[in-house]
Amino acid sequence: MRLDQRCIVEMIKPQSKILDIGCGDGSLIDYLCRDHQCDARGIELDMAYVTQCVGKGLPVIQGNADFDLQHYPTNGFDYVVLSRTLQAVNHPKEVLQQMLRIGRHAIVSFPNFGHWTLRAQLLFKGRMPMTTVWGKYWYETPNIHPCTMTDFVHLCEVEGHRIERWMAIDEQGERAPWRRYVRLANFFGEQALFLLTR
Amino acid sequence: MVISEKQDEICETNQDQLIQKLVFPEGITLESGKIIAPLEIAYQTYGQLSEFKDNAILICHALTGDQYVAGIHPVTKKPGWWSKMVGSGLPIDTDKYFVICTNVLGSCMGTTGPRSIREDISQPRCWGAEFPAITIKDMVNTQKILIDYWGIERLFAVIGGSMGGMQALQWAVSYPDQVYSVMPIATSSFHSAQNIAFNEVGRQAIFSDPDWRDGEYWRYGVTPYRGLAVARMMAHITYLSEDALNRKFGRKLQESLKGSSLPIFGDMFQVESYLHYQGSNFVRRFDANSYVTITRAMDWFDLSQTHDGDLVKAFAPVQSRFCVISLSSDWLFPTSRSRVIVQALNRVGAKVSFVEITTDKGHDAFLLEEPNLDLTIQGFLVGIEEQRRLENYAS
Repeated sequence: MRLDQRCIVEMIKPQSKILDIGCGDGSLIDYLCRDHQCDARGIELDMAYVTQCVGKGLPVIQGNADFDLQHYPTNGFDYVVLSRTLQAVNHPKEVLQQMLRIGRHAIVSFPNFGHWTLRAQLLFKGRMPMTTVWGKYWYETPNIHPCTMTDFVHLCEVEGHRIERWMAIDEQGERAPWRRYVRLANFFGEQALFLLTR
Repeated sequence: MVISEKQDEICETNQDQLIQKLVFPEGITLESGKIIAPLEIAYQTYGQLSEFKDNAILICHALTGDQYVAGIHPVTKKPGWWSKMVGSGLPIDTDKYFVICTNVLGSCMGTTGPRSIREDISQPRCWGAEFPAITIKDMVNTQKILIDYWGIERLFAVIGGSMGGMQALQWAVSYPDQVYSVMPIATSSFHSAQNIAFNEVGRQAIFSDPDWRDGEYWRYGVTPYRGLAVARMMAHITYLSEDALNRKFGRKLQESLKGSSLPIFGDMFQVESYLHYQGSNFVRRFDANSYVTITRAMDWFDLSQTHDGDLVKAFAPVQSRFCVISLSSDWLFPTSRSRVIVQALNRVGAKVSFVEITTDKGHDAFLLEEPNLDLTIQGFLVGIEEQRRLENYAS
C-alpha cells in the first residue's frame, strides 16, 4: 500500500462504511475490508483497474467522480476518500461538496504543488515541474487542477469545511511530525492529507 | 402447495429426450390473475446442494435459450449455451455450487408453454395462441416454486444475461431476502421503444406467414417456419456488432458466385447464407407461439412500472450484492442502460460493482470467449463468498 494510503487507514475507525473515489487497483479497500472490518467500496474511472478489482472480489464500480457522486444517498458513508485524484477532476469544489454530503468525513490526499522542488523548477528552469509524483510532461498529465496545501486550506475556509486533521508526508520517508505549520508543510511536504468534516 | 405423485420423476418426451421435470398440479397464478394449472417446470441441475442449502446458484437463460446451460444438450448434441462458464473448475464452479437452470414459463423446452397440453378443459388440447400473456415476474415466480420445493431459503446468486438479466433483477426486487447476490449481464431494467420495435418486426414476420393461421398452426400440422426464421434472422443481427459482422463476413461473396453476374435471388453474400442458416436452425427447435409470448413478456418489462416510473423506489427493498456487467459493443442493451441500474442501486445504498467488458462482439459476447468476463464473474463470486464468511463470523 502507498504511504498516503497507510496514513488514510490510520484516520479510519474500524467497522466504518467507506467510499474510495478513484480507488485504482483497490489496495486500500482491499485492506479496509479484509483487515479493518470495514464496508468499503470504490469508484474507478479506468476500466482495466475496475475489472482487476471486481476480479479480486472487491465491490467497485466504473464511474467518474465528477458525475457519479450525485447518485449516492446523503449520509450514506462514514468516510469518503479521494486519494491523489482531486487534482485530476473537473470540478474539485463540487466534488468536495458531494463528498461531505454523502459522507460524514472526507479524506483527501493530493500531491502538493507548493513543494520547494516544484517551486524551484518553475523559478529556475521556467518550465512546468516534474518530480516522482508529478512525473509527466504538462501535455500528458491527467492533472488539470494542481493545488498547494495553502490553496486547499483556503478552499476549505471559503466552503466552510472543517479541517479535523492534516499532515504532510513524503513519498519515500515517514510522515514528518515537525511540520506543524501549514506554510512550512506547504514548502517541505510532497503530499498532503486532510481529514475534513462538514 | 400440493405436489403431484409425478414429482421428481424424469419424464420421457416424444423426442425421447430425458428432461428433468416437476409437476405442480395447483399451478401458478399469473400477474394478470389467470391461472395455469397444472404447471410443469423443466430444469437442469449441476453439482451438489450443500447440507445447509446455501450454495445454490440460479442461472436464468435468455429469450431463446434453455435449461441446458452446461454439459451436452440432449437435442442438439452440442455443448450447453454457457458450457465455457459453468462446470467443474470453471468460473461458476459446479464443484462448489449447486447450479440450477430452469426453462422459462411460456417456452418450449419442457416448462409449460403454448406447446403444452392444456388440461384445465374438458377435452385436453394444446394451449397454442390461447396461452395467456406472461411477464418476467411470472417467470421468476415459476422459478421460485421450484426453489421453495427444494427448501432453498436463500439463493447464493442469481445470474443471467439479456432476458435472464431481467429475471435476475426481478428476483432481487421481488424476493429481496432470498437472494444473496445478483449478477445482471448485458441487460436493462426496462425494454426500450427500440427493443420493442425490433421484437414487433419479428412478430409481424411470424404473423404474416401463411402457415401462422392465427396461431392455430398446430391444429393443421404446419409451422410458420418462414416467418419465425425471418424473426430470428432480424433478432440475430441485433445480437452482433457491426465490427463482428464485418470481421466475420465483410463483403465476401458466395464461392459459387465468383466471376459470375449479379443475381437478384438466392444468396449473394456470405452474410446472407449465415443468417439463413441461423434462421433455419432456430425453427427446428423453437415454437412460434412461444416466441410471441416471450418477446411480449420482455416488451412489458419495466421494473419501475409499479413504482411511478421511479427505479429507485423499485430498488428500495433490495438487500443483495450486485455485479452489473455490460458489454462495450452491445447496442441492444448498451452500457448506458446498465449505468441507469447502477445509479439507482447507488441511490438506495446497495452494494454494487459495475464492469463494462471491452469487446467488439456485441450483445452475444457474454456467450463467447471473453477472459475478462470470466475473471469478473469468478472474482465476484469468490468475493461475496468471503464476505459471507466474514458476516457469518461476525454474527
